[in-house]
Amino acid sequence: MTQSSQAASNGTRAPILPRPDVWAKPFWSFADRGQLALQRCSSCRSYRYPPGPVCPKCRSGSFGWEPVSGHGRVISWVVFHQNYYPGTLFEVPYNVAMVALDEGVNLIGNLTEAGDESVRIGLEVEAVFVPISDEVKLLQFRPAPKRAAQ
Amino acid sequence: MNSWMNDVAIVGVGNTRFGSFPDTDALGLGIEALANALDDCGLGFSDIDGLVTNRAGSYQRIGEALGINPRWSLQLEVSGRMSGASIVEAALAVSRGLAGCVALVYGNDGKSRRVNYGGTERIASDPFAPWGFTSPGAVHAMMFQMHSHRFGTTSEQLAEVAVAFRKNARLNPLAVRREPMTIDDHQNSRYVCEPLRLFDYCQINDGGVALIITSVDRAKDLKKPPIRIAGIGMADSFCDSTVPPTDFWYPALRECADQVYGTSGIAREDVDVLMAYDNFTPTVLFTLEGLGFCEQGESGHFVEKGRLSLEGSFPTNTSGGHLSESYMQGWALNVEAVRQLRGECGERQVAGCEVAQYACATPRCISLIYTR
Repeated sequence: MTQSSQAASNGTRAPILPRPDVWAKPFWSFADRGQLALQRCSSCRSYRYPPGPVCPKCRSGSFGWEPVSGHGRVISWVVFHQNYYPGTLFEVPYNVAMVALDEGVNLIGNLTEAGDESVRIGLEVEAVFVPISDEVKLLQFRPAPKRAAQ
Repeated sequence: MNSWMNDVAIVGVGNTRFGSFPDTDALGLGIEALANALDDCGLGFSDIDGLVTNRAGSYQRIGEALGINPRWSLQLEVSGRMSGASIVEAALAVSRGLAGCVALVYGNDGKSRRVNYGGTERIASDPFAPWGFTSPGAVHAMMFQMHSHRFGTTSEQLAEVAVAFRKNARLNPLAVRREPMTIDDHQNSRYVCEPLRLFDYCQINDGGVALIITSVDRAKDLKKPPIRIAGIGMADSFCDSTVPPTDFWYPALRECADQVYGTSGIAREDVDVLMAYDNFTPTVLFTLEGLGFCEQGESGHFVEKGRLSLEGSFPTNTSGGHLSESYMQGWALNVEAVRQLRGECGERQVAGCEVAQYACATPRCISLIYTR
């Protein structure tokens, strides 16, 4: 049975599990520890996403994985009203946000714990990790606490 | 202008009806379109020695099914950006003598096979599936949201595109969607991936489209006036392309524009009709800006008051395009460009059409200018 049909017949809602390639696996290991980490070029110090074998800026093959602040800003968002994933955790309507991290990399995530805040461009957010299965924690974003004036 | 493109001509075009045809398939539809294209120019299957295939099946299987052993053949990935690319490849092959007569064959059975452009069947290739983010529509919705925030572009302005192309489609007997559409109809259509609505999305249908490209010398003996490729512009936008791009492909489109107007020696003011890849309404806006028909951010105003309809000052997608004729991944738009130049478009003919431009805005941007 497919993942989602099994979930539907069990009466639970299945997550959509990631299928990381060899370069992306560390992202999910860090996620499991509740940390947002990015690949960083050892040569020119640029962060990159999606992860890959060389730095797109300087083509160095030397890199590390570094935890980052988790802080960013929503630069775009959509709300799905059509259900592309029946039987999964994604019940329409649900939002997906595009977040520009402070480190200069854009990521995709869902806005969560928003309370009265609605997703909007410019909303400051911080990364959180939500368990979606026994093995996987999923990056999400929630509104960041207001920063003290500089 | 002294250019390799002057060696070649599009001499035949053909297509099937568009709709739902479960008793055939992409292969059958592609071959049916090819038969129509051969009829169109007066060539036979035995004249074909080159093959470019897209979505109609594997190039090997298509050759086998047609009884053709080509000298040169190519199969391009299934994506809309490849229709323009296919035409360029075929033209290159003919101009360099790798083939004398190339058949380009496209077939699509997405409607009867219920192909979804997102969701569980794409999980393996959707990098953001774990976040529920899937489908090209969602990517364009994300891009339009940014365009709207940055430039004030509205959903009503997207509606103008949909309404104009629907108006054009009403004059096209083959168009699948011909019932009248108003701005209100568009605004009342349900959200698919907000901010995009149902009528911002193209129409998936079954169909086949084919073209025949040969040398200008050969073209002289054939039934229809040969159509030349006067200019080509291509620019890929691969950097930072997995996450939806924040630049609306504007730099790549500008590059394309410089090339296509530069190589042709034709100015954008001289373009009589535009075929703009319209998988989604905002794509048309991005294209208009990138090609320089208006300033960046001004496309919303540009399309107001039905400007893109046949009655407007900037006729675009005269067949109704992907939004109303059928989604043939750019193939039918290129064929419509050829037919406009030949004067074959009947009620939707642009009077005095001498220059037709095709443009596709995706992570590969491409534009072709055609003339007689």
